Amino acid sequence: MVFGASSSSSKGMTSIDKRNDGNNNFVAERNLSALIVDDDLIVRRIHTTLLTKLGVKTQGVENGKKAVDLFQSGDFFDLVIMDMEMPVMDGPEATKQLRAMGIGSMIVGVTSRNLESEKQAFMGAGLNDCYVKPLTVDDMIAILNKLNNN
Amino acid sequence: MTSCLWSLENGRAKGKFVADQGIHLKDPLLDYRPMANKGYDANKPTTTMCHQVSQKDVIMRLLFVDGSLYLKGNPAIFHGYLDDQFTQLQKLQDESNPDFVVEVVSLFFEDSEKLLNNLTRALEQQNVDFRQVDAHVHQFKGSSSSIGAMRVKNVCVAFRNNCEAQNHEGSLRCLQQVKYEYSLLKNKLETLFRLEQQILAAGGSIPIME
Repeated sequence: MVFGASSSSSKGMTSIDKRNDGNNNFVAERNLSALIVDDDLIVRRIHTTLLTKLGVKTQGVENGKKAVDLFQSGDFFDLVIMDMEMPVMDGPEATKQLRAMGIGSMIVGVTSRNLESEKQAFMGAGLNDCYVKPLTVDDMIAILNKLNNN
Repeated sequence: MTSCLWSLENGRAKGKFVADQGIHLKDPLLDYRPMANKGYDANKPTTTMCHQVSQKDVIMRLLFVDGSLYLKGNPAIFHGYLDDQFTQLQKLQDESNPDFVVEVVSLFFEDSEKLLNNLTRALEQQNVDFRQVDAHVHQFKGSSSSIGAMRVKNVCVAFRNNCEAQNHEGSLRCLQQVKYEYSLLKNKLETLFRLEQQILAAGGSIPIME
């Protein structure tokens, strides 16, 4: 199944309705789970709502260390949305640790600035992809499409 | 003379609409967000009607098409204040998440009041800890861009430059500016939400503004 965002909707908006396959061509193939790692409560709320609407079971934590702890305790998530700058343990460090543990989940980094150098450095820690936050509906659908195709 | 009678029943708008021949709407649904829908009645002719209600400087246009109610805020009011990110938030609102925008914006207001207090206190110190100030501004920049508050965000960018340069006077000026931009935005958003609530709660009739 393909996740797509239709921009040719007559309403001029990409509407999200996980019950309706029409407008955004989204159907979750299996039960996907995601972990949002971000110190900003508002961003966590937005990303959580976005993923929940797209049918993904979502959890949120506020720093990299909590994310690593969750995986270490045996929890698993298909997708991790990892913020770059966080207290206690930042995104790059948490990503490195997760990869060192052998975690193969899709890890998507989010940065607050669209600086190539920053994004490249973060990618080097082991990300699958890197976006500027907050993620839009279209960004999320593209990510989930990739996840489903792997 | 157009008239409109609608009421809320179980959270859905139901009503009787009279066609207004004078309105020709080009691509009427562009920029409009669905607020409430009633089941389409194939026996009734297609009706389209546009009303405008206003409070202070926030103007809302209500559009009824085939019994569905669409709401459009005056874009000029928000032009420059809120960017496309705000539209993204509105897209996330639906029947299962009916208060999403208000909730996120309320979180933003709470967060911002705390941050502004912290910033004020931090800049009042004899020896200003600019790294601490910068940390607060960084957070404010993040939360304001996540709701699309571009003017607030832009002041935060300038603010961070002043922190980096350890410029106390410049930082104080930025603080004043960011407080000003924030209060302008807060005012507009509060008016918008209040107006939306009034419209939704107005069972019976919508005032028609000339």
